[in-house]
Amino acid sequence: MASRSQGSLVVRRILRNPVAVVGLVIVLSYLFVAAFAPRIAPFDPNEQDLSKSFAPMSAEHPFGCDEFGRDLLSRIIFGARTSLIIQIFSVCIALVVGVFLGALGGYFGGWLDEGIMRMMDILLAFPGILLALAIVAMLGPDLRNLIIAIGIYSIPQFARITRGSVISVKQNDYVTAARAVGETQASIILRYVLPNAISPIIIQTTLRMATVLLTAAGLGFLGLGVQPPEPEWGTMLSNARMYLRSAPMVAVIPGLSIMLVVLGFNFFGDGSQDALNPRLKE
Amino acid sequence: MGRFILRRLAMLIPVLVGVSLVAFLILHLAPGDPARLMAGIDASQEDVEMLRHKFGLDRPLPAQYAMFVRGLFTGELMSLRYESPAMEVILPRLKNTLVLACASIVVAVVLGVSAGVLSATHRRSWVDYAATVLSLFGISMPVFWWGLLLMLLFSVKLMWLPSGGMGTIRHIILPALVLGTASTGIIARMTRSSMLDVLRQDYITTATAKGLTRQLVVNRHALRNALIPTVTVVGLQFGQLLAGAVLTETVFTWPGIGRLLVSSILARDLPVVQATLVIVALFFVFVNLAVDILYAILDPRIRYHG
Repeated sequence: MASRSQGSLVVRRILRNPVAVVGLVIVLSYLFVAAFAPRIAPFDPNEQDLSKSFAPMSAEHPFGCDEFGRDLLSRIIFGARTSLIIQIFSVCIALVVGVFLGALGGYFGGWLDEGIMRMMDILLAFPGILLALAIVAMLGPDLRNLIIAIGIYSIPQFARITRGSVISVKQNDYVTAARAVGETQASIILRYVLPNAISPIIIQTTLRMATVLLTAAGLGFLGLGVQPPEPEWGTMLSNARMYLRSAPMVAVIPGLSIMLVVLGFNFFGDGSQDALNPRLKE
Repeated sequence: MGRFILRRLAMLIPVLVGVSLVAFLILHLAPGDPARLMAGIDASQEDVEMLRHKFGLDRPLPAQYAMFVRGLFTGELMSLRYESPAMEVILPRLKNTLVLACASIVVAVVLGVSAGVLSATHRRSWVDYAATVLSLFGISMPVFWWGLLLMLLFSVKLMWLPSGGMGTIRHIILPALVLGTASTGIIARMTRSSMLDVLRQDYITTATAKGLTRQLVVNRHALRNALIPTVTVVGLQFGQLLAGAVLTETVFTWPGIGRLLVSSILARDLPVVQATLVIVALFFVFVNLAVDILYAILDPRIRYHG
C-alpha cells in the first residue's frame, strides 16, 4: 500500500515537470510509430521507383524520396521500428547481465565484488562508442551483432549503478531482519534488496535508451551498423551524405528523427530523475 | 600523496592487462580462421599457411598473447594494409586527433562553464531554462548529423569554412565545435548543479552579509569551489572526445585515429585495430588517473589513504 501511494506521488511529480512531459509525449509517439509501422507507413520502405529519385516534398511523399525513389517518410517510420528493436534487445542484455553482476558484487562484497568491478573497469577503459565498435569489428556488422555489441557496451553502467544502490539498501534494518529470520540469500536479494534499489536502475534504463540509439545510429553512419537496404536512421544518413549538396533533406530528416527521439528519452529520464530524487524536493 | 598515486597505479595493472587481452582476443574470437582473414578471400592455401606461421598463429594462445604485447612495443606488430609497423601508422594520426580533442575541450570548457554559471546565478529565469534545454540538445544531438548541418551552412551555403581536411586554423573550427558540443552540454550541467550547491553554503551567505557584491561573491568565493567537480567531468570528457572523434573525423575527413580505426575495421586490418584500441584505452585510463590525482589535490577533503 505504502509503495503504491509513493508510486503515484512519483507519477504526479513527473507529470508536473514540463520537460518530463514533453519527453514522455515524444517517447510515446515514437513507440506508437514503431509498433504500428506497417499500418502507418504509406509505402513499402524498400520499394524502389527510380523515376521518383530525389522527388521533392509533395502531398504523396511528405518527406520526398531518396536516391532510389523510395518514400522517405515510410523509411523513417520503419527506421523507428529498427531503432526500437535495437534499443529493447540491447538494453535488455545490459540490464539482465549488469543488474545481476552489480547486485552480486554489491551484496556479497569482498573478492567477488573486487573481481566484478575490475572486469567492468576493463570494459570501461574503452571510451564511448569504441567498445561497441571493437565488438562489431570482431563479429561483423549486422543487426544481431550490433545488438550484442551495444548490449555488452552498456553492461558496466548497469552493474555500477546497481552495485551502488544495493550497497546502500543492504544496510537497512529490514535486510538485517530478513537475514535474522533465516531467509536465503537469493530471496533476500530478490525480495528485499533489488525492489528497493530499483529507482536509479529505472532512470539509467531510460537514459541508456538515448545513448544506445545514438550509438547504433553512429555505427550505422560509419557503415558498421545495420546494413542497407534495411531502413535505419544512421545508415540512411550515411548514404545521403553523397547527395548533401543536391538533396540535403534526405540527410537532414533521418538526423532530425534521431535527435528528436534521443531528446525525448533524455527529457523524460532527466525529469523523472528530479521526481524520484527526494533530495531535490523544493 | 605519493602512496596514493602508487596505489592507484598498481590498481591500473589488472585493467591494462585486461585491455590488452580484450584487444588480443578480437582477432581470435572473430569467427573464422584469422590467418585466412588476413590473407584475404582469394589467397591460396599455401599463402594462408605461410601467414599463419609468420604471425605465429600456429603457436599456443598464451605464447601468441606474449608476442602480441611485445609486438606492440617493438614494432613487430605489422599493419596488413600499409606494410609498416602498426605503431608507425598510428602515432602521427594520434597527434592529429589530440590536436582536435584539445581544441574541442577548450570550446567545451569556455562555453560550458559560462553557461553553467549563468544558469546557476540566474536560477529559474529564462537564461536558466534556455541553458538547460540547450545543453540537453547538445547531449542529444547525433554528432555526425550536427557536423553535416554545420557543413551544409558554413561550407556549402556560405562558403566560409572548408568542409574537410586539415592544415590551417580554419580547418579545425567546425570539427572542434562539433566534437565539443556534447561535452559542452555535460560540463554546463555539472557546473550548474555544483554552483547551486556551493551558493547554498554558509560561507557564501557570510560573504554576502559582509557586503561583497554579488559578482565578487560568485567569482572569488563560489566559482573556485564549484569548479572542482567540473574538473573531473572535463577530464572524463577528454577521454570521451577520443572516442567521439571516430564520428567527427569521418564527417570532416580529419586524418586522425578515429578514421584510421574505422577504415582499418572495414579493410580487416586487424593489427591496426588492435593497436589503436590499446593506445586509446591506455590514454583514457591515464587521463582518468590524472583527473583523480588532480581532484585529490584540489579538494583537501578527499583522503589519500583508505
